[in-house]
Amino acid sequence: MSELKPMSEQAPASPERRRFVGTAAATAAGLAIAPGVVLVQVAHGRPEDQAVSSAVRWGMLIDATKCANGCNDCVTACSTENGWTPVAESKHPRQAPQWIRKLELQDPLTQMETSLPMLCQHCAEPPCVDVCPTGASFKRADGIVLVDRHTCIGCRYCMMACPYKARSLVHEHLNDTQKADVPRGIGCVESCTFCVQKVDRGDGNTACAEACTAAGHNALLFGDMNDPDSEISRRLRELPTKQVRADLNLNLGVRYHGI
Amino acid sequence: MKRLLVLGAVVLTTAALAWAGSETQPKAGGAPKPVIEKAVKGEQCVEDTDYMRRNHMKVLDGHRDKTVHEGIRTPKHSLKECINCHASETTGSVAASKDDFCISCHSYASVKIDCFDCHSTKPQGSAAMHPLNAETAHYKHKLAAQAASKISAEEMAGVAP
Ligand code: SF4
Ligand code: SF4
Repeated sequence: MSELKPMSEQAPASPERRRFVGTAAATAAGLAIAPGVVLVQVAHGRPEDQAVSSAVRWGMLIDATKCANGCNDCVTACSTENGWTPVAESKHPRQAPQWIRKLELQDPLTQMETSLPMLCQHCAEPPCVDVCPTGASFKRADGIVLVDRHTCIGCRYCMMACPYKARSLVHEHLNDTQKADVPRGIGCVESCTFCVQKVDRGDGNTACAEACTAAGHNALLFGDMNDPDSEISRRLRELPTKQVRADLNLNLGVRYHGI
Repeated sequence: MKRLLVLGAVVLTTAALAWAGSETQPKAGGAPKPVIEKAVKGEQCVEDTDYMRRNHMKVLDGHRDKTVHEGIRTPKHSLKECINCHASETTGSVAASKDDFCISCHSYASVKIDCFDCHSTKPQGSAAMHPLNAETAHYKHKLAAQAASKISAEEMAGVAP
């Protein structure tokens, strides 16, 4: 039930409660193992034959004050990792798939400029999942929202439902240009997967966040929001953050600072 | 049934011609048997060969749901590993030409597969097989993005008021 509340109301006050719940769950899961051991194992070293669990919730903190105007490294890294053609290179840019995009905003009154990446917000209450007639759009136990392309019929309801315009339909044959780890294809809707292939490999980071760090901007931080000791949880406790369209009460997995 | 097979033989003339050159010529009226290229890596499939011939689709079907929904990416029954073993040495793919592992049998059985609308038909990791390897793609995209960014912010966004 707590998921229904926007995190911004809850986050700063909740670490004690989270820590308590975490300890209680771990104790219930296995008395023989120390609680800390159980939690660490779930978060970062999931055995490959074990299903993802809701003990983890992957999330991202985007610090718009550090995001550099004109830099596109996160977008480039995403397209490289996941194999989608950058919009500028596409023959049909208006319908080209876009998993992440840079926005440059300006306050009309003060002229203050803000630069930030926009991507699937990995809603805890995802409208794209609510509207999908086939069950193809779904949320994984660890909070990552995905499309099961085996079931997607390309109706695009989810694209309409997403408040963040995070989804794209693949309009054209990809002619075997896909990455082996990232199947994607004509007639299916897709969006940011939080680099699920990397997460499952245990990298614990996304291509965009890695690229941002490599460029020295450190504007993107990916991690487990359920682990009170993770870097992202620590920063979320300290920094004032916002959810885009927090009024929709979707409990987003992506939080922004400096917007 | 027999008439169908004859028809198949006519349709697959190229395959038939290729077959005619080999030693074991089919009896008149039989469709050309699929060419089954031996796996490049490994001696034995993850399951018994006879079992896999009949049931590989069920095996793959079960595994794909576990992978997509539960994040279980064990190599044993994954399509990626099938491809890693069975990609042809000549084309580097399981489905690029008619004699490649998947296509060869599937055209014989007349069963259309759409796995490769989405899945890559080639093993990952070899620069020779992937025209866009990670590094070059990065720079190519970067240059192109700088050269011709014609999309306006509102067009890309739609989220900003
Ligand atoms: S941001 Fe859009 S695509 Fe992503 S989970 Fe929310 S509704 Fe779905
Ligand atoms: S396009 Fe696919 S994922 Fe989206 S609502 Fe339709 S079936 Fe579901």
